[in-house]
Amino acid sequence: MASEIVPIIKVGENLLVSLQGDLDDEAVLKLEGQITKEVSRTRAKGTLIDVSGLAVVDSFIARVIARIVGMVRLLGCEAVVVGIQPAVAITLVELGVDMARVHTALNAGKGMELLRRLQA
Amino acid sequence: MVIADKKALSSFEVRTEADLMAVRASLRVQSDIAGLPLVAQTKLITAGSELARNILKYAGEQGGQMSVSLVWAGERSGVRAIFSDLGPGIPDIPAAMKDGYSTGGSLGLGLPGAKRLVDEFSIESAPGKGTVVTIIQWRR
Repeated sequence: MASEIVPIIKVGENLLVSLQGDLDDEAVLKLEGQITKEVSRTRAKGTLIDVSGLAVVDSFIARVIARIVGMVRLLGCEAVVVGIQPAVAITLVELGVDMARVHTALNAGKGMELLRRLQA
Repeated sequence: MVIADKKALSSFEVRTEADLMAVRASLRVQSDIAGLPLVAQTKLITAGSELARNILKYAGEQGGQMSVSLVWAGERSGVRAIFSDLGPGIPDIPAAMKDGYSTGGSLGLGLPGAKRLVDEFSIESAPGKGTVVTIIQWRR
């Protein structure tokens, strides 16, 4: 389906979104619609956004990811970004992209723990 | 002195958002050939993506181009990418190199951010003459 950019899996009361490969801008923007729609439809309590499959995250993609986290929170769902590659973390900090307001965790397991704490 | 490998030079049009993927892919291929370590490679590709975005933002419909080549300085190899456009140009380059400066409604990370990510960065621009930004990432 053209409107589905990434697979979104429901795990218990949470959604797992996995971003992979080199995404074009249109796909990244469509993600906003796809994820918010899925959060609303499934009434998920948490969303885990796994970016371990992204080898490069530039300022645009980082900003959209931060925006998606903000949108999902407005829907009453906590969101955690997991799996940022070390080289990507180094690059984003040097570039000057501010991700301080985004909850992050090292991997999906730690992200699930953080989601549980945030929902408690 | 920096010597470019002419055989390994390739050029890409930068006119639409879809072109950004070709820019990133070509920088990745050349980084692999030059043997850049992962962090240097990630920084170069990200810097290239930001500079190509600048072209999309400022150069107008005709866009611009990126040419990428392997370069050598003695025994050391690296990747050089040149981003050029015939857009409006930058009237005040020192101001444009400061964090937070933007005339395009963005966060203004583009030029200073890209500069921090690469080993060498140079910019030539004048109002009405377009802009040329050259970056090099060296293998350590």
